[in-house]
Amino acid sequence: MQIFLEYSALGIAAGGVYALIALGFVVIFKASQTFNFAMGEMMMVSAYVYFMCVVLMGWNWMVGLAVTIAVSVLIALVMERLILRPMLGRPIISLVMVTFGAGIMMRGIASIIWGSDTDQMPSFLSRDPVMLGELFIPGKTARAFAVAVAVVVGLVLYFRYSRAGVALRATAADQTTSFAMGINVHRIFAMTWVIAAISGAISGILMASINSLSPSLGLVALNVLAVVILGGMDSIGGVLVAGLIVGWLEAVTGYLLGSEWRDITPYIAALLVLLTRPHGLFGTKPIERI
Amino acid sequence: MDVLEIDNISLSFGGVNALTDVSMSAAAGKITAVIGPNGAGKTSLFNVVSGFYKPNHGAVRMAGVDITAVRPHRRAFLGIARTFQNVALFRGMTVLDNIKLGAHTTLRSGPLAAGVFLGRTRREESALREQIEREVISLLELDHIRHKPVQELSYGLQKRVELARALVMRPKLLLLDEPVAGMNREEKGELSHFILEARERWQTTVLLIEHDMGMVMDLSDRVVVLNFGRNIAAGTSYEVKHNPEVISAYLGRAEAS
Amino acid sequence: MQITTSYIQDEALFRTRGQIVWAVLLGAVLVLFPIFGPGHWVYFCGLLAINIIATTGLNIITGYTGLLSLGHAAFMGVGAYTAALLAVHFNMPFYLTLPAAGALTALVGVAFGLPSLRIRGLYLVIATLAAQFILHFVFVEWDSLTKGDVGLVLEPARIFGITLNTERHMFFLVTPVAIVMLLFAHNLFRSRVGRAFVAIRERDLTAEVLGVHLVKYKLMSFAIGSFYAGVAGGLMAYFFRFVIPEQYGLLLSVFFLASVIVGGMGSTLGSILGALFMTILPEVLRLIVQLFGDTYGVDVTKVLVPLRETVFGLLIVLFLIFAPHGLVQIWERIRLAVATWPLKG
Repeated sequence: MQIFLEYSALGIAAGGVYALIALGFVVIFKASQTFNFAMGEMMMVSAYVYFMCVVLMGWNWMVGLAVTIAVSVLIALVMERLILRPMLGRPIISLVMVTFGAGIMMRGIASIIWGSDTDQMPSFLSRDPVMLGELFIPGKTARAFAVAVAVVVGLVLYFRYSRAGVALRATAADQTTSFAMGINVHRIFAMTWVIAAISGAISGILMASINSLSPSLGLVALNVLAVVILGGMDSIGGVLVAGLIVGWLEAVTGYLLGSEWRDITPYIAALLVLLTRPHGLFGTKPIERI
Repeated sequence: MDVLEIDNISLSFGGVNALTDVSMSAAAGKITAVIGPNGAGKTSLFNVVSGFYKPNHGAVRMAGVDITAVRPHRRAFLGIARTFQNVALFRGMTVLDNIKLGAHTTLRSGPLAAGVFLGRTRREESALREQIEREVISLLELDHIRHKPVQELSYGLQKRVELARALVMRPKLLLLDEPVAGMNREEKGELSHFILEARERWQTTVLLIEHDMGMVMDLSDRVVVLNFGRNIAAGTSYEVKHNPEVISAYLGRAEAS
Repeated sequence: MQITTSYIQDEALFRTRGQIVWAVLLGAVLVLFPIFGPGHWVYFCGLLAINIIATTGLNIITGYTGLLSLGHAAFMGVGAYTAALLAVHFNMPFYLTLPAAGALTALVGVAFGLPSLRIRGLYLVIATLAAQFILHFVFVEWDSLTKGDVGLVLEPARIFGITLNTERHMFFLVTPVAIVMLLFAHNLFRSRVGRAFVAIRERDLTAEVLGVHLVKYKLMSFAIGSFYAGVAGGLMAYFFRFVIPEQYGLLLSVFFLASVIVGGMGSTLGSILGALFMTILPEVLRLIVQLFGDTYGVDVTKVLVPLRETVFGLLIVLFLIFAPHGLVQIWERIRLAVATWPLKG
């Protein structure tokens, strides 16, 4: 039982980063009804940028973080401008396919530049374990959870109370009307990409610090995409909770069935949710307007 | 006899009432117009008849049979066809393929027969083509554009193709949602003529939403007026035109503006 | 031209005598080529035929019906393992294992597709992504059946006492299957069922008004596309004579997605052109890398896979943005230019 609880705590802690990644998916989905399949690769590239700044250049971690976020935002804006914007008005599956293609391309380029072997990230997170009563949680995971939660809270608050956040929610509700109300829809789209880039940069660095750094780091985002379904796409709170649930499921199935089961757990969970609650655990059935 | 009966329908979206206790009927072989100012609930009514919206209460009957719970695609098999307010053609396809889709309910081929394309499918497809040429293409004068992709056509022609697609199954009930909106006078005249011609040939019952009062008065045997999702009048075009409530709610406002 | 009989001819598979002549010529080339052609070209064309089948399958799902599948490779894997297992354990001939491979894959496809296709929206993307990873997991972990990463080895296919153990023999097995399946797909889209698929892609709710049962037809499209994947996978098992999980990873799904997009979504000719382009591409990339590798001392084996990823991704992006109708559109433009030359500049 003690071990089970420890795995549970570990899983929920890992789920914090998933929630942060999921947030990146949801903001873009809200504004443009598209899954950004390049999310994982945005994380991966960010992690490499941070690695280069801190390890190869030997910069202070805060400088590294600032540079990483800047580069990540730049990449996201370039993608939004060069790849997504020309596709506006096209069928949604084309938009999804184009982000998917962009992601594959980024992974290929990263492997060419940095090689497909794994690198070890320097630990800016302390390794000292955190004790939660009787429960032992590895230091990096616990601290990554804290960082992820802080960023998630910050972004959600921004989303809720800032002018831009209100405009974003209005755009999500009704694009045409928002446009008529003088909201610059293009700016809003760009802004969702910036938010996704920030959550991608931080979650990428966290993921690489907990595990290790390789061009396939981004694959974890696909697991998280399944999570987004679990939460129901229209509910940010739901998606965040789903992130924690999946982190927990992965850890527990890994413990109970063996580590090879970990990676397919989110997908099995997603299929089960689709089967039983098609609009997600927390989502609502949309009113169809024809 | 009434082909369509709408009995005390109410419909609301999250607390907003789109339709309240609406009743009306469409007599066999007649043209019934539904009029009313914007937002009166006309298109919502059509969506209830098509089966997209489920009314909160009330019933829809087709030839006396309750179809309120019948799913949209089954209603096509019952003989309900429809055109849309904003032309809803299949953009990547030719005129001919669009029209052929209108006959989906009259064909039988499953995927195996279709892929082999011998015997029944071959006969079925050439019979369909022959019927389309004989009935709708010649009636609606579409021969010069049959192989064109619909997106290349003018708006007026697109509306005509949509009518063709609805007519191909020889519907018992035809729902036309603003068939002449955005057309010039000549095109309107042509389309009115096509509607009358179709009714003449197949005794189709027509339910028509239209803002062009001239056309409504000319074509319809009976007019139903909605305002704010409620019935406010019904009768011949003459009766409706002189109904004071209609004048104040609808025509009066139109005159004022 | 619009006389009464013209439209009967309009509906025929071959519309002009010229087309029949071309078809006969093509048939003759297809028979003579594997007998007299150089071995590695025959091998290449066999692989091409298999890729055409798989691309056609994905085109039915994605190009024609507008449903996105990211698990096509895993479905091919189901076909490959089915054919291989039936051949190894029950000694079944290929003319039984291949249909079985197709049928079982279609069934697996329906199992994955059903929950997500009941609802409108992008849910099939997630379900097929789930299929890609879960099926791959099954291939690796169900050791007692699939021999895990070691994989299965097949005896060559046989028919009428002839062993199909060379690329020339394989060509005669693969090509007729490809032609039959291409014709089937082509016919599908000049009939009721195929039209309903395209209608769903263009405007699903309007299709519903016309009597198309959305869930049924989406599932049907997905099942047919998966059947194609299964048969292609089965043929691949005979072609390479081994089946390992690694062959059917996400990158192969990307390969076929690129193939559909590059060739042309919603076009039979597109499937052929796309498969041709994508089958040649890795060879060209290998040549380029070897050329530069010798000059600059790059490790060829390390660069080749990421380079493929990069180029596949780049092709998907570029074609979607600049040529959404794929090579077919470019081909039609050239044909029109040639046909009207020199009348039009």
